[in-house]
Amino acid sequence: MGLSPATTTSQVSYDPPSQDGWVTTRLEFLVNWGRANSLWPMPFGTACCAIEFMATAASRFDLARFGMERMSYSPRQADVLICAGRVPYKLAPVIRRIYEQMPQPKWVISMGACASTGGMFDNYAVVQGIDTIIPVDVYVPGCPPRPEALIHGILMLQDKVKQQRSLSNDAQYAELVIDPTSRHYIPASRIDELSEPFGNSVHQTRSAP
Amino acid sequence: MSVVLPGAALPKNTPDPVTPRTVPHRGGDVNPSVEALRAQFGATIGRHDVTWGETTVWIDATKVREIALWLRDDPTQQYDYLVDVTAVEHRDAAMPLEMVWHVRSLPYRRFLRIKAALDPNAELEVPSIEPVYKSANWLEREVYDMFGVRFGGHSDLRRILLWESYAEGFPLRKDFPLRGRFSRSEQLTQALAANPEAPYSMEELSVADAFHELPADMRERLLRVKAGG
Amino acid sequence: MATTTRTVEVELATQTMSPTGEVFRMPLTANDAGFVMPIDLAPGTEPDMGSERMLINIGPQHPATHGVLRLVLELDGETVIRCVPHIGYLHCGFEKIGEYRQYNQIIPWTDREDYLNSMGNNVAYALSAERLFGIEITPRCTVLRVIAMELSRIISHLVWLGTTAIDLGAFTPFLWTFQERETVYNLWESWVGARLTTSATRIGGMAADLPSGWIDGLKGFLRSLPKTLDETDRMLTRNGIWVGRTVGLGIMTASEAINYGLSGPMLRASGVAYDVRKDVPYLDYETYDWDIAVGTKGDVYDRYLVRMEEMRQSVRIIEQAVARLPDGPINVDDPRVILPAKIKATSEMESMIHHFKLVMEGPRPPIGECYVATESPKGEKGYYLVSDGTSKPVRWRIRPPAFVNLSAISKMAEGHLLSDVIAINASIDIVMGEIDR
Repeated sequence: MGLSPATTTSQVSYDPPSQDGWVTTRLEFLVNWGRANSLWPMPFGTACCAIEFMATAASRFDLARFGMERMSYSPRQADVLICAGRVPYKLAPVIRRIYEQMPQPKWVISMGACASTGGMFDNYAVVQGIDTIIPVDVYVPGCPPRPEALIHGILMLQDKVKQQRSLSNDAQYAELVIDPTSRHYIPASRIDELSEPFGNSVHQTRSAP
Repeated sequence: MSVVLPGAALPKNTPDPVTPRTVPHRGGDVNPSVEALRAQFGATIGRHDVTWGETTVWIDATKVREIALWLRDDPTQQYDYLVDVTAVEHRDAAMPLEMVWHVRSLPYRRFLRIKAALDPNAELEVPSIEPVYKSANWLEREVYDMFGVRFGGHSDLRRILLWESYAEGFPLRKDFPLRGRFSRSEQLTQALAANPEAPYSMEELSVADAFHELPADMRERLLRVKAGG
Repeated sequence: MATTTRTVEVELATQTMSPTGEVFRMPLTANDAGFVMPIDLAPGTEPDMGSERMLINIGPQHPATHGVLRLVLELDGETVIRCVPHIGYLHCGFEKIGEYRQYNQIIPWTDREDYLNSMGNNVAYALSAERLFGIEITPRCTVLRVIAMELSRIISHLVWLGTTAIDLGAFTPFLWTFQERETVYNLWESWVGARLTTSATRIGGMAADLPSGWIDGLKGFLRSLPKTLDETDRMLTRNGIWVGRTVGLGIMTASEAINYGLSGPMLRASGVAYDVRKDVPYLDYETYDWDIAVGTKGDVYDRYLVRMEEMRQSVRIIEQAVARLPDGPINVDDPRVILPAKIKATSEMESMIHHFKLVMEGPRPPIGECYVATESPKGEKGYYLVSDGTSKPVRWRIRPPAFVNLSAISKMAEGHLLSDVIAINASIDIVMGEIDR
């Protein structure tokens, strides 16, 4: 058995645009893989959820398995803002400032019912969900969420990071500015009216008897 | 440093305190300090009652500092520990707003609730007992923050839990709605308008570094003074 | 609404030292550009920066402030001249919302206020509500609550130990203490179904009786905890860094501590043997054999020693409680507060109405008020309840020990170095959820 010369030659078509994305796609995969597996969290721990976050970081649940053991207490070096706990109005400008100080690309995990919706604190003092202040990528339910739930949320965020077009689409990192002339714009007062009946039951907002 | 033992002023054969059982709703042993207060201050001391084993004595709100000072320093009383300062507003608008002081005597193992009635529709003001008990500092600030009761003679009376420019009022007053006076969007707008780095409160501004943080009118006034104008 | 305007006079001056060594306040002026300089500064000379004070802001988001505390420090070099704490960044309106909830519905809020000691708060609140209703709980419930409170004290001190060690540069104790906490979380979970926010008590009893095998798990924990404490003890107590960073800091004398209203380990470290469990006993604490840990110097190191000893004493109390745990019901037989049995509620009309009324309208205590203090890990934790006869309290006041303890930080931090403020702040064992409420 030996090699014999090919009897026919076939033409291989070459279409430059079809090859154009190859390098960036693989590079994008590499970048996303690196990003997803070394997300540095900025723990914005305020209340009970912060204790569960500490339990997640401690020995049994070991956040280091997901490349997240390096807590970045400076927002300038952080990738993920993990808001663990309730956010009162007095803290609202602080979390907004911390989010603004984080460099792009950045993500936010809202841990627990209070951070996501205000939870059981439907009163004068608490922000009804941090998504009214900053964009949120993953909501983790629970009061407080178990460490497994937080880890599940982190894995979901990793999936999201892996699917991002990190190199070719700069627009996704642009800060979203609301355009009041857009026909989708709803004034805040109107949102208040719309959301009013969906708070706690009337029975619970009555003081006596 | 020697160890301070509670109950040191009691007679030697006094039994150790035990968990109270079958506490009556009304009636029961009256705290002996009430009689001593009557003997010392006379008509300033109002009625007293015993509810669930705790003695409440009503006083004239304007005399609270003298009474607290006497209770702390008199060797037969020694109420050296201020437990709590708070206020109660009833749902019944005809009832007065009550100032409540809880004091404890460690040497005599006594607990006394002192109350004073304030008119909720008038200016709320009582003397501060911060000169007597240092712990009253923050507790009184909290009462001011939540109820709007002003404490005369307090060294640093300003809001403590809510921020200085909070405009909705005093949350624990009964006319304050559970969700606040403003709409959610208004609350959020006002909160986000605050600069988290700026609000060094005015009381902290004795260092010259913070000159720029001062309001413009105060800056001008200071400059005028320094220029001799 | 009446508003008031307040004007604060500020002296534009700085404290400085003359060439001969005397300290004086030098008046300053500011030019149009806002540049601050001494009035009689010769033209062309630079202001002397050596004596300038500096304001440093720590928090509200800082890992060493144990939550969202903000400290503004006025420094002279590295020495703290003044420390002004700002709190309220976690003010969530607990006391307001308590006026809108029935007595049993308040229990979930007590979990979330001092969230390191949720079980202890549940018990403390239930005790004060029971005083208001005039209810005597059953013997089994009494002992169960003692176990709950002391376990809660242990795990609260464990968090304090771990986080304080991190603040002062030792990471390992944090991992050890959280290992022990996980054991207790498992116990909580098998008992009441939650790890952290337990909501374990009800007025007149508990949410559930112990599951089978729970006591064995507890005994296992009681065997493993002293080993962890011993290991931590070996690691820290005679450690040169630990001793150097804690001894002699933030000293409060006994009389100062009492006047500042300190309580709990803070007060006992200053040499005052005041413990609510001994002084105003509840849950039959006077019948257990245990000692109060008392410090002698009132510094940060003593507070550490007191807390370590308290954990060991808690183990003693739990061992005695387990030995005496009686059988019997955990809920009182009082139709005012306790729901009828499920089987009755679904088969008998009267029981169903009873069930409905208790759930929808809530139990109604007689008119009155009460203050019941308990010894929480932070200090004297009391709940003051005022009832007007309706199913919701007029006032639900939390006496926050950490709030009063924290108010003394200005006094304790003065004159110490900037890095010592971290140790002093950690020694207070603050929980912002309780301080700000």
